[in-house]
Amino acid sequence: MRTYEVMFIVRPDVGDEDMDKLISTLENQVGGAGATMKNVERMGKRRLAYLVRGFHEGTYVLFTLESNSGAVVHELERRLRVTEPVIKFLTVRVDEEQKRLDKVRKERDARQRSKPAPPPEAAPAGAEPAPVTA
Amino acid sequence: MADETTQQPQQTSEGGRPSGPRPGGPGRGPRPGGPGRDAGGGGPRKYFRRKKVCKFCVEKIDAINYKDVRLLSQFVAESGRIVPRRLTGVCTPHQRRLSEAIKQARNIALLPFTSRI
Repeated sequence: MRTYEVMFIVRPDVGDEDMDKLISTLENQVGGAGATMKNVERMGKRRLAYLVRGFHEGTYVLFTLESNSGAVVHELERRLRVTEPVIKFLTVRVDEEQKRLDKVRKERDARQRSKPAPPPEAAPAGAEPAPVTA
Repeated sequence: MADETTQQPQQTSEGGRPSGPRPGGPGRGPRPGGPGRDAGGGGPRKYFRRKKVCKFCVEKIDAINYKDVRLLSQFVAESGRIVPRRLTGVCTPHQRRLSEAIKQARNIALLPFTSRI
């Protein structure tokens, strides 16, 4: 199950209702293609770091969606490319990174659970079997 | 003649030793506590300014996201360029991920490619 994050920037002079319409159109398109939209986050108006299509500001929107194939994202990107109010978009695939993070966290939790005493204690009676030097 | 030839390899190895680990620099290894360098005493002090540690390793930050501009901009110079690892003390795997995140942020106009200061 692949997880993608699609972030796109909408022109700042687009009204709230137009934005809602745009977002719901994209959501329907994604849902119709068999993917699930896990999250829609409107990050608000922000100043852009450089001029994009002549604009200094833009409204950021972040989609998090799950799908089994990449064709959904391909189609979504094509839509975004043609949509006039959208001036920039970026798709990132996050499931591999998420898997790695989960693995690292699990290992860290397992390590913490097997070492209940904190090391700076320097108590001789620790949970670890200290090497006995006879 | 034979003495000269036998001395030469020694000289090149001694000359090569300081320059070998130099590209690694202070960030190499977990605790580079003076691994017996020849001129580490009072001579060229520019090897270890101070023992810089990787900020991500210390604070156990796993995920370097392209979205948190505040964190990323700490590793970006005023000109917009990515600061090299030997100045920030970041370890190699984290520097690679940081660099990728900065480039993603640049593409979505969260960070500039270049800014004239």
